[in-house]
Amino acid sequence: MTGDGWFAGCDAGDTATGAEHVREGRADAPADWPARAVESGFAPDEETYYTALHEACVAATRDEATEAERAGDQQLVHAVRAMDDCMRTANELAERLSEWAGALFDADGGGVEFARAVADREPTTPDEERAVSLAGRVVDLADEAADLEAYVETRAPTVAPNLAAMAGPVLAARLVALAGGLESLAKKPSGTVQVLGAEDALFAHLRGHASSPKHGVIYTHEYVRGTRPADRGSAARAVAGKLAIAARVDHYSGERKPELDAELDERMATIRARAEDDEEGDDG
Amino acid sequence: MTATPLADGGDGHLPDGVEPRTFDGDQRLATRGEPVYGEPVQDGWRAWDPGRSKLGAMLGRGVETGFAGGDTVLYLGAASGTTVSHVADFAGPTYAVEFAPRPARDLVRAAESRPNLFPLLKDARKPATYAHVVESGVDVLFQDVATRGQGEVACRNRQFLADDGWLVATIKARSEDVTGPTEVTFGHVVETIESEYEVVTTERMDPLHEDHLAVVARPR
Repeated sequence: MTGDGWFAGCDAGDTATGAEHVREGRADAPADWPARAVESGFAPDEETYYTALHEACVAATRDEATEAERAGDQQLVHAVRAMDDCMRTANELAERLSEWAGALFDADGGGVEFARAVADREPTTPDEERAVSLAGRVVDLADEAADLEAYVETRAPTVAPNLAAMAGPVLAARLVALAGGLESLAKKPSGTVQVLGAEDALFAHLRGHASSPKHGVIYTHEYVRGTRPADRGSAARAVAGKLAIAARVDHYSGERKPELDAELDERMATIRARAEDDEEGDDG
Repeated sequence: MTATPLADGGDGHLPDGVEPRTFDGDQRLATRGEPVYGEPVQDGWRAWDPGRSKLGAMLGRGVETGFAGGDTVLYLGAASGTTVSHVADFAGPTYAVEFAPRPARDLVRAAESRPNLFPLLKDARKPATYAHVVESGVDVLFQDVATRGQGEVACRNRQFLADDGWLVATIKARSEDVTGPTEVTFGHVVETIESEYEVVTTERMDPLHEDHLAVVARPR
């Protein structure tokens, strides 16, 4: 329907069909749709046409926005938790397998790669049959984790474009999951974002027998992990601050703001310059 | 232009339906309609916050925008509907295109009480996805999209505009180039716009809207 208006094949009173046309339709070029709608008998006059258009647009946009949100952060939370569960279970079973298969096959090794090798064997005894079958499960779980990760990588930028760009899709999804959703992450102060995932250490600190944790899962961010230990606290604070802002922009506006990344890059350059200054100081 | 000179000595650039009113002792621009974002309301007039709305800031400064009142408008980058709700208060049929689902929900809420406001969840870079809804020959094409390629967006949407219509665009430098000098970035965008339009005015929008340039142009 590249030459038709949204109202073609639709009754003025049928908002559902109109809304579907508004969502799915296309045209190569605009036209004087109000006049055409009156000519074609869709509406007796332009006023009636605009009323029908208003209803169709409101319904179409409301439905599409709701669907997009429903498909959003909660799906991401489930996916990243399932990914972690699959990976953890695969590693646990792989350990069990390496004990068992190591004795049966006179082979050494561990982990998912070892499970892959065992899964390819032809079992010759009932004992071997069980071990090889278990190896197959380990491989399946590891593959599922990889598929889930790929899914998280495509979903996270849609759900939280700024957070995903700044933290990377997987860390973004973990932060959303730890907070319980994008909205609750957006409402957390940056100090909380900084220690999300380090709750045990945080409560030990609050009970008074440990120092405060410098970072939670944001440790996996290159800007934290890749900064020398002396400056890691500053780096964690800077990263958490910008991630908290990114989450708020993603939740309240949803627009991509590349300048946020640039601000973090700038701040990190300053923090990392300290290490260079110290080195120069040592030389001199 | 049909903009009426204001009794209080206004500059005549204000469209019909936009008036300076007094709120809590301050003169502010206002339009008549249902409140949308918690703005002050008095006798049915809603204050138009120039700090939250680039168009509000332009009108407040007396920039000639081509809006006359009662116009047919295509508004690209409607976001949550703050500005477009004011536009729909004084304009005629107003098509509001927004790409992000979350603000679109607020936009729908603003549209519910405004029968002449048509919200569309579409990508302004792909006019073919809404050319079956938006009519041709609109009087004003207003653009406030924070995406790379803002000049291209203006050119691709030229097809909706009447030959004697107006393009009013606010260009955000940091959406095009995060680090480069803003003047250079603005130069590139204006150059792109000039392939389809004759530029009438450009004006920096500091300090209310930093790193933004307002461009008013007519189709070639």
